[in-house]
Amino acid sequence: MRVALFVPCYVDAFEPEVGIATLNLLRRFGIDPEYPFDQTCCGQPMVNSGCHAEAKATEALFVRNFAGFDYIVVPSGSCAHQVRCHMTAIEQTDEVRHVRERTYELVEFLHDVLKVDGFPWAEFPHKVSYHNNCNALRGLFHGSMSERREPATSKPLDLLRMVKGLELVEKARPDECCGFGGTFSVFEPAVSVKMGQDKVRDHAMAGADYVVSADSSCMLHQQGCAERLGLPLQFRHIAQILNGDAA
Amino acid sequence: MSGSEEPRRAEDGLPALLHEDLHTADDGGARGSGGERLSHGEATSRPLQPPAPEPQPRGAKLYHRKPVDHNEAAQRFIDAPRHAKMHDERLWDLRQKRDGQMHGLPEWEDLRELASTIKQHTLSNLGDYLEQFESQAKANGIHVHWARDGAEHNRIVHGILADHGARRLIKSKSMLTEEVGFRDYMASVGIEVVETDLGERIQQLDEEAPSHIVVPAVHKLRSDVADVFARELGTDPANDDVHYLAEQQREKTRPLILEADAGMTGANFAVAETGTFVVCTNEGNADLSANVPPLHIASIGIEKLIPRITDLGVFIRLLSRSALGSPITQYTSHFRGPRDGGEMHIVLVDNGRSARLGEPEFWQSLKCIRCGACMNTCPVYRRSGGLSYGATYSGPIGLILDPSFDRRRYSSLPFASTLNGSCTNVCPVKINIHEQIFAWRKVLAESHDIGWSKQAMMKAAGTVLSHPTLYRASIATAEGALKLLPDFMVANPLNSWTARGRAMPDAPKETFHQWYERTNGGKEEPS
Amino acid sequence: MSARDAILAAVRANRPQGDHPLPELPIFPFAAEGGLVEPFLRNLEAMGGHGVEGGDIEGILRAQFPQANVIASAVPEYRGNRDLAQVSAPNDLADVDVAIVRAEFGVAETGSVLLPDTALTVNAVAYLAQHLVVLLAPDAIVPTLQEAYRRPEFHRHRYASFHTGPSATADIEGVLIHGAQGVRSLSVVMCPLKTGS
Repeated sequence: MRVALFVPCYVDAFEPEVGIATLNLLRRFGIDPEYPFDQTCCGQPMVNSGCHAEAKATEALFVRNFAGFDYIVVPSGSCAHQVRCHMTAIEQTDEVRHVRERTYELVEFLHDVLKVDGFPWAEFPHKVSYHNNCNALRGLFHGSMSERREPATSKPLDLLRMVKGLELVEKARPDECCGFGGTFSVFEPAVSVKMGQDKVRDHAMAGADYVVSADSSCMLHQQGCAERLGLPLQFRHIAQILNGDAA
Repeated sequence: MSGSEEPRRAEDGLPALLHEDLHTADDGGARGSGGERLSHGEATSRPLQPPAPEPQPRGAKLYHRKPVDHNEAAQRFIDAPRHAKMHDERLWDLRQKRDGQMHGLPEWEDLRELASTIKQHTLSNLGDYLEQFESQAKANGIHVHWARDGAEHNRIVHGILADHGARRLIKSKSMLTEEVGFRDYMASVGIEVVETDLGERIQQLDEEAPSHIVVPAVHKLRSDVADVFARELGTDPANDDVHYLAEQQREKTRPLILEADAGMTGANFAVAETGTFVVCTNEGNADLSANVPPLHIASIGIEKLIPRITDLGVFIRLLSRSALGSPITQYTSHFRGPRDGGEMHIVLVDNGRSARLGEPEFWQSLKCIRCGACMNTCPVYRRSGGLSYGATYSGPIGLILDPSFDRRRYSSLPFASTLNGSCTNVCPVKINIHEQIFAWRKVLAESHDIGWSKQAMMKAAGTVLSHPTLYRASIATAEGALKLLPDFMVANPLNSWTARGRAMPDAPKETFHQWYERTNGGKEEPS
Repeated sequence: MSARDAILAAVRANRPQGDHPLPELPIFPFAAEGGLVEPFLRNLEAMGGHGVEGGDIEGILRAQFPQANVIASAVPEYRGNRDLAQVSAPNDLADVDVAIVRAEFGVAETGSVLLPDTALTVNAVAYLAQHLVVLLAPDAIVPTLQEAYRRPEFHRHRYASFHTGPSATADIEGVLIHGAQGVRSLSVVMCPLKTGS
């Protein structure tokens, strides 16, 4: 099985340790992912703004980088969602379709492809509030959605419940958006910040010490909001928790 | 497999509040015969403590030909924290009441699928169903008129009123009449229009549009209503008791209803099979408007058609449950013909709907039954207030309807969304709302309606991100990363990330890429 | 071209692609082991209505509305003091304290009663009266709204309205008020239909 690691641009720049944790976690399961050196971005910033034509070359580069693999694994729900559901600016060749179908967000890959049954190396004796990234939840179906009448499921919580000592806490609004929304955070700063502040207050009122998510972009936004409010919340990517990185 | 996270509950067993200072034991609302607090209609499922008065934030400022600045109006709404808090908590409560109804009906998802399918079928055969509806209604003694646009609708209604010498019209809430500027037109021809829904009456007296499809004054506090009523109805300005305010409105409106020359309603559904139209209210005000004056005019958008009476069983089960989390509205009234001695007219209105039908990506928005569930669940709507959209329709459904009325003015609205998808999930007729918002962005970018600077920024980002060497050079250093990434992701020239309430992420010491190169992916020098 | 023809031509020209057949409507089961009266009354109460399991109408009226001066009745079970048949205009009913009518049927799912024009005599009485009392035969309750819409009344009457509790609003701060514009209270009295009446 040839597996490639895609490290999103903001993880590359701001959260390199998330990329490292992802790499090491996959190695623990006997997979040695390749890291194509020419990778940049999935094209989401442009597509999210409606600028599909402007995203075409970036999408083509993505496909060139990742065409030869059985799986492309990315520690980001929104990037996986972009590739799988919205990478339509380029012509849909067999190669493009292959890359889109084979791109997995990390939690999905662990849960659905590797079907992992434990993280014996991981221990996290802290109160954790899990943040559902909206693209991961409502786009990739990470779990049941509060708006729908469906059996209650959650892939990320299934994984986190295997981590020794980790205690999940309950928010008032478990799957409400945090207001990042890609370029929304730039063009609608008023509501974006307000949503982020409400979200981190919800984490804090739930008694969380740590916020954990499968998406660093939401957490960068929330971290900024928590710092401004002076809330003592720590933020960790789920890859770091599952890899057993120390708190 | 273990389940998903459940919402936290407060000590009393009810869902926890995000704004805990709104917690109170009793709001003085109506109780049942056993003394239990009732929460039907748009009532909150738990009592909320009214925040102290503060000046009411007003809606978007509209300038000729300029796109609505939703962010600016939203900021002013957020800067009125008591209004913002109450607004968010009340609407979230409606969303939770809706969830409660959903969990009570095992067939919920089946009903949504049926409702969607019935609407798709009707819209695909709309010509035939409109003709059937018209011929049935005429056979029942109803006068049927057709209006291509809002102006034609207003002229037709004016003509009917003029024929009867009518000077005063009482009406129930109708989004269609908002859409076509009906009240302004009637004012210009000297006909008095009296709204009879409490929320809509408040908004009419305050010269504001409804901020929500089904709860028109949801953005106001009781103190705002007391101000409006004191100014316009002469009530006691110091008394903002909700019972007092509602009773005053009842007493002041009743004589106007009794002496009105004509009544007007909208319609929630129009049934082709029988020529029936259906109006749902909680106050019974549509029934007063229709049944007291001798003349009843109903304005109906052509997308309101459904084929059969039995289809109502599906839609009525979903409508109020989705809208308010109440199993049905207090009144669901079926009008099939004029009463003895009365006269009934229907105006079937197009106003852009037939054109919308021809747009493959957007025609399904015509399935909308105007329940407002998408607004209640929308985290952006709840924080910004309906008037911040500066349009007839606000919230998620507004983002996809408004640009078709005025593409330039409403070009910014499809960007007032995080694309989180909650709206699509709550929609009782399964409109893919967030996908249509996404599709509108593409349409607007292709017609260069998203603003020059945004498009230029995206073009520049597209160039850098499609060239690995350019990209690497840009983010190789901390300063470079903060310079490039803000360009396409985290900030704009005004540095909106740090402008208010949010700190900028720390600059990286080393990118992942640099680490990988330095350590050969961690194999040579474990970090 | 007339507006009518223009609109019909436009919707036909713009007909969406694809096959969209009209679905058959299934009836979903309604759980009510102990009969339909109990869930009907429970749901009616939750919607702000007042359920009365039976008794004599006179006594119920005296107990509930001791101050009532004007009582308009559309039912043979009680003789009021305002003859609905003699009303020349709906606004003549503005002073009615209590109106009494009989519902065609009830709906257990919601606690609704169907009041058609023939049961009201004057439609407006159900909204202008301060209080409304509705007689309902216990055997005239259907389980759900879907079954309700299979009834013939919707093909027969020029006007028919489901009433579910009284006129209500919570437009101000979500505080529930009964008697927004219409009746301040709605009572449903379980009362079998007298044969021959």
